[in-house]
Amino acid sequence: MHTNQPSNALFGVMAEFDSAQDLVDAARKTVAHGFTKMEGYSPVPIEELNDIIHKKRTMLPALVLGGGLTGMATGFALQWWASVIAFPLNVGGRPQASWPTFIVPSYELTILFASLTAAIGMIVLNGLPQPYHPVFNVERFSLATSDKFFLVLESSDPKFEPQAANEFFRSIGAKGVYDVEQ
Amino acid sequence: MSNNVHLSTTVLDRPVIGAGHDFETVTETVSQIPLGSRTPLPWVAIFLTALGLFGLLHLALGYLVMTGVGIFGTNQPVGWAFPIINFVWWIGIGHAGTLISAILLLFKQQWRMSISRFAEAMTIFAVACAAIFPVFHTGRPWLAAYWLFPYPNAMGLWPQFKSPLIWDVFAVSTYATVSIVFWYVGLIPDLATMRDRAVSKVKKGIYGIFCLGWRGSARHWHRYEVASLILAGLSTPLVLSVHTVVSFDFAVSVIPGWHTTIFPPYFVAGAIYSGFAMVLTLAIPIRFAYGLESLITMRHIDNMAKIMLATGLIVGYGYTMEAFYAWYSASPHEQFMMWNRMTGQYAWAYWMLISINVVMVQFLWFPQVRNNVKLLFVMSIIVNIGMWLERFVIVVTSLANDFIPSSWAHYTPTRWDYMLYAGTFGLFLTAFLLFLRFVPMIAMFEVRMLLPQSKVKADHHAH
Repeated sequence: MHTNQPSNALFGVMAEFDSAQDLVDAARKTVAHGFTKMEGYSPVPIEELNDIIHKKRTMLPALVLGGGLTGMATGFALQWWASVIAFPLNVGGRPQASWPTFIVPSYELTILFASLTAAIGMIVLNGLPQPYHPVFNVERFSLATSDKFFLVLESSDPKFEPQAANEFFRSIGAKGVYDVEQ
Repeated sequence: MSNNVHLSTTVLDRPVIGAGHDFETVTETVSQIPLGSRTPLPWVAIFLTALGLFGLLHLALGYLVMTGVGIFGTNQPVGWAFPIINFVWWIGIGHAGTLISAILLLFKQQWRMSISRFAEAMTIFAVACAAIFPVFHTGRPWLAAYWLFPYPNAMGLWPQFKSPLIWDVFAVSTYATVSIVFWYVGLIPDLATMRDRAVSKVKKGIYGIFCLGWRGSARHWHRYEVASLILAGLSTPLVLSVHTVVSFDFAVSVIPGWHTTIFPPYFVAGAIYSGFAMVLTLAIPIRFAYGLESLITMRHIDNMAKIMLATGLIVGYGYTMEAFYAWYSASPHEQFMMWNRMTGQYAWAYWMLISINVVMVQFLWFPQVRNNVKLLFVMSIIVNIGMWLERFVIVVTSLANDFIPSSWAHYTPTRWDYMLYAGTFGLFLTAFLLFLRFVPMIAMFEVRMLLPQSKVKADHHAH
């Protein structure tokens, strides 16, 4: 984020829309217009929006796989070590390392580690918890979690110019355009 | 294949929620319940009752810890009684919440959206109630830690990993943790809605902290949806494993009536059956008291009754197979066990559970029954009584009359057994009522996804 920071310290310009369809159309037009630094905000998940704006899918599934495998290895290693090395116990003459009996805890730890990775990974990759963000400065933005859709063109965009952005948003049918203070 | 696609579209075409809703009405209907200052009178009345029962729980646990497990009726030969019955019963109830939030998500069942949140809350509180029994039936839970949990202790002791009881510790604690995590992740966007709609600074602050600063950006949502799908995918095998492992507590032993391969699927089906009964017991009064009939519609009630019927039939199949195994095993102990269940000292419990779980459930074939909420409410409570009796019969009949007639006895629970069981209802109801009061009980963002405002047409001018 070391691109040209304008002197008036504007984070960007925000446009308001009424539906997911309007927001997606606007995002497509904004991308087609050559803008690159933008973000859409919506009260519902919109699958298309991430593809249009960011064009990149999250690495979360790979992390979860890693978490799951770590959990499985941890579970198995723990049981093997406890039953063979730390506290060998003769249970009905069965081998100390009777791996079938280790399946259930290994399985549970696989799921536990994978789930925690999925949840914590989602939160951390999203940069949360983050109590402050410039978009919260716009009063109308409180509707982004109820029934309005927003598109913010950020000042870090090389083509960004507040007045032009404002006019562009109005030309593509924004219901309202607001300056986002830094 | 094309047949399936056609079928699923026609099912999905039926409206899941009532007509006339848009984003604002859905959000307002749900969010005004925790944000408003009006508390329904029944809420107050039930809450006071719940607190009373919760107090009873403290009394029972306090006396148990001071005195020891001798206050229970559990004794030889019935060394496993109320605590395990109630544990299995509560944990089974939890299964419906996970089924709704995880398995129905994977199957893209949109009707799950308005009931998933509170069903999952039910899961968490039911698991909490369940956990009390195994923990406290050890008598001195703080001393039990070393054989329940693998941690380096001064005695150099480690748990015995070849026992299903230790598997159960892993299964249940994983289930509790993942359920809480899944539930909380599902809450984050709705807590942000609450933050943005709260007027008072205190409420804004509290919801603001718990929503972690969620702002619903495209990046946020993308990762969020991926995480939800993965969590659903992980919870599905988890929930099936939990009651499977619970059934291993019995099936891995050599006690007649317990040592059968039908136990895992039969326990899982029974769990879902009783869980849906509990969801109905909760949903029917809630939708009425809070005026949520347009969000929790008759389609939800009808579908839940159908799942209850389907799983009830599997349970009935389980009973049949148990009887068949006993006969086919040619083992006199197994055959006696079955005969003793049907005609012995606890025959009344066996025939009651058969008449509930095999006979009464057949009424759910009729749409008139599935659409009669009052009748369904009563039936849902009876189903859970039936499922409690099932666990009672499985646990007690096999132990009270075991291999050697000289050791036979009659098991009677004591007042402390009853008090502890009643007390867990206090914990469950108190937690659930607080949830209703302070947390949006319907997943608002998911219900919004059902509305036209959230739909996006495919792009024809591909870039």
